[in-house]
Amino acid sequence: MKLTLWTYEGPPHVGAMRVATGMKGLHYVLHAPQGDTYADLLFTMIERRDHRPPVTYTTFQARDLGGDTAGLFKTACQDAVDRFKPEALIVGASCTAELIQDDPAGLAGSMNLGIPVIALDLPSYQRKEGFGTDETFLQIVRHLAKPVARSEQITANLIGPTALGFRHRDDIVEVTRLLSDMGITVNVVGPMGSRPSDIARLGAAHFNVLMYPEHAESAARWLETNLKQPYTKIVPIGVGATRDFLAEVSTITGLPVKSDTSRLRLPWWTRSVDSTYLTGKRVFLFGDGTHVAAAARIARDEMGFEVCGMGCFNREMARPIRALAKEFGVEALISDDYLEVESTIEALQPEMILGTQMERHIGKRLGIPCAVISAPVHVQDFPARYSPQMGWEGANVIFDTWVHPLVMGLEEHLLHMFRDDFEFHDDAGASHHGGQHKARETEPEAAAAAAVDGGSIPPETAPVLQETTAHIIWLSDAENELKKIPFFVRGKARRNTEKYASGKGIARISVETLYEAKAHYAR
Amino acid sequence: MNAPVSTRGCTNTPVLKERGQREVFCGLTGIIWLHRKMQDAFFLVVGSRTCAHLLQSAAGVMIFAEPRFGTAILEEKDLAGLVDAQTELDREVARLLSRRPDIRQLFLVGSCPSEVIKLDLHRAAERMSVAHAPHVRVLNYSGSGIETTFTQGEDACLASMVPVLPASDARELLIVGALPDVVEDQALALLAAMGISPVRCLPARRSGDLPSVGPNTVFALLQPFLGDTHAALIRRGARHIPAPFPFGAAGTTAWLQAIATEFNVPQALFDAVTAAPRARAEKAIAASAETLSGKSVFFFPDSQLEIPLARFLTRECGMTAIEVGTPFLHRDLMAPDLELLAEGPTLSEGQDVDLQLARARAARADLTVCGLGLANPLEAEGLATKWAIELVFTPVHFYEQAGDLAALFAKPLRRRALLAPLAPQTEAAE
Repeated sequence: MKLTLWTYEGPPHVGAMRVATGMKGLHYVLHAPQGDTYADLLFTMIERRDHRPPVTYTTFQARDLGGDTAGLFKTACQDAVDRFKPEALIVGASCTAELIQDDPAGLAGSMNLGIPVIALDLPSYQRKEGFGTDETFLQIVRHLAKPVARSEQITANLIGPTALGFRHRDDIVEVTRLLSDMGITVNVVGPMGSRPSDIARLGAAHFNVLMYPEHAESAARWLETNLKQPYTKIVPIGVGATRDFLAEVSTITGLPVKSDTSRLRLPWWTRSVDSTYLTGKRVFLFGDGTHVAAAARIARDEMGFEVCGMGCFNREMARPIRALAKEFGVEALISDDYLEVESTIEALQPEMILGTQMERHIGKRLGIPCAVISAPVHVQDFPARYSPQMGWEGANVIFDTWVHPLVMGLEEHLLHMFRDDFEFHDDAGASHHGGQHKARETEPEAAAAAAVDGGSIPPETAPVLQETTAHIIWLSDAENELKKIPFFVRGKARRNTEKYASGKGIARISVETLYEAKAHYAR
Repeated sequence: MNAPVSTRGCTNTPVLKERGQREVFCGLTGIIWLHRKMQDAFFLVVGSRTCAHLLQSAAGVMIFAEPRFGTAILEEKDLAGLVDAQTELDREVARLLSRRPDIRQLFLVGSCPSEVIKLDLHRAAERMSVAHAPHVRVLNYSGSGIETTFTQGEDACLASMVPVLPASDARELLIVGALPDVVEDQALALLAAMGISPVRCLPARRSGDLPSVGPNTVFALLQPFLGDTHAALIRRGARHIPAPFPFGAAGTTAWLQAIATEFNVPQALFDAVTAAPRARAEKAIAASAETLSGKSVFFFPDSQLEIPLARFLTRECGMTAIEVGTPFLHRDLMAPDLELLAEGPTLSEGQDVDLQLARARAARADLTVCGLGLANPLEAEGLATKWAIELVFTPVHFYEQAGDLAALFAKPLRRRALLAPLAPQTEAAE
């Protein structure tokens, strides 16, 4: 038993729903009690889908438990086939149905429904949503993909995109464009957009582009073994990764790398002088393993940030993320406990978080800007405009998205210059974010009180600072000096000074200590 | 618009009973508003990852910091009997309570998996109550989908509190149902102005203010879905004051009138107290009734609020009801509202969602009230919809909210009219 407050991933049958809802002509009969239909709203509300997920829930109740829940399941299968006329059916159990052991696979298999029936075994009490997508797509591919002749022209399948994915819709367009520049056409995109009959002709492609390892790596491996299709290992998120991806595609196909980069702006945007202020910004990365790995490379090599920590919520990616963290010289956090993520962020005090919707809330609470780079998603992660993460346009989108939460470069200089003016006080926030203007509070009482008792620092407006070095005290002159430092580097200055002081065994921080620390950490 | 009904309305209308796929939440969802209402209570669901995901998704947004609800997720080893689930639960609860000294009431909430494996949460609650007394009281109820539909979770929660309420012989009024504090205060102010006092509330905002109950207690329900709580209070000797539910100007007046009659409030005093807010409510409703009048409405089952709301829309906003679906029809509690609902609509109980969708498509009502899973798909088919969940999450009771309630229904129609030139071409549902 494990106490959970917020979760990064749903149960595995929600993963199966993401696959089914992304596809067409496929129906999912889910043995489940009343209430499990809540999952429909993830698709209709968050993703704004204009049709119901293709899922029939058997909706058993307490009074059915002693009776014929198996009969209920069979009726639901027959009704679904009659009503929706799918090309294939997937069947499975949610967490409660798993306990009553009705064997949906056997029941549906015995029914002669006249279409392929694919049984899913998704252990609800061991695995999560990511496993659900990967396993469901694997089973669909195993049951439906047949050896077929390769297409004459070089073609590729794009595999991995699902419903409720982080920017999957637009990534498909961008990757299709990248391949098209090299003269490669797309055979099938799946699960998103494909029908069971399309899955049957996966084998016509010369190779597979594995867009999201979380959702389709098992299927990619199976296709490699059984249909002899190689698959790409590089996920083209970021300029460098996109270049490497094209080189990988070239190696697989023997075609020369050709790409129209006239749309790519990130390299110039990040080099232009306004971006100087991005240099060395300390960022913390958290999300699914694939997006975090891509973001780490972009953050360091394309934005000039300093990665101060990274991690992922999906244990399946623990190994690569640990290896990457080691390469970056930071500790990897592999956890799906958001309290642990929050306390890590609190301790690291990054200047920006690149995370999920969960970290966006953590950032709000701690007063740290956050840009979203990965699922779990919310309604704002499905923008109306074209906004991929992959390919050249993806790089442009990422530049804009990551810079947006920060105070703009030119504005940062102004803030420094005018920081004693009432419009530019520390709580005013970035001017392009709107929001209410907060007038500077007159004469903070806490500071005066602190001066009297010789000073420990009063808490910031947002509780950014965790008192980790309780034995160190700030003398009031040092504290006043710290306040003169612009707020966006003050947290770092304070942390560095305290770290320096504790390293040197200094118990009372003076102005001298502050500047010695500054010199020590100068880069 | 308040013409007297000469017949007995829908009292004797036969009910279309259906069972099949239900597009509704389970009772766990009630935790979202119950934990806001009871500020020193923690709701611990004993269930699966699905339960945790449901709560997170139904809340729509995450509440900052540590919420006062959580899920003790059953794992493989709990199910395989490798560990004693009761011991595990004791450990998790002890850890939780030591971290959250502000918690005075803990609800162990049963879920589908915990019910199926027959995890005895009642025994657990008794044991923990002893272990953590007097600081924390531990109760249990089931919010499982196999036993409760959406708002029945609140009913189960309140019903679990009734047996532990202190006994009393005092003649007191108890009002039952979790309303936002601001609305509850309005109700209490109206009753106080009529000289009815003291008035107790279930649930109380703090565990220290628990109402007492006994043979001289009379109670009025604020929500139509409190059937089990109603029965539990009667078992404690309390007497129910039947009344239409306090939605709209007329509904609120009728509800107050039933109580005023019970307490022998002089009619002049009643009129003096209610006249001004009632006039305000009627004026506010009229603004939306302009949009709603003459339009038809179709209710999918959701919260058991459907019948009182249909009564409000038909009698006070000039709408006609085509179908009024409810997850469960409690004849006794609903009698005063059914009597005021003009004959005509189909009354349906339970759901087979695909059959009901076929009826809704055939009816093409001007406004279809449904859950979040159906709203966008129906909009894409050209039907105007109102998400039912907002009727539960938004303050809609009593005079001062009557205009807001009408506006909730009018807004989708007004928005549609505004955007008419832009009507999108959407893919046909598949």
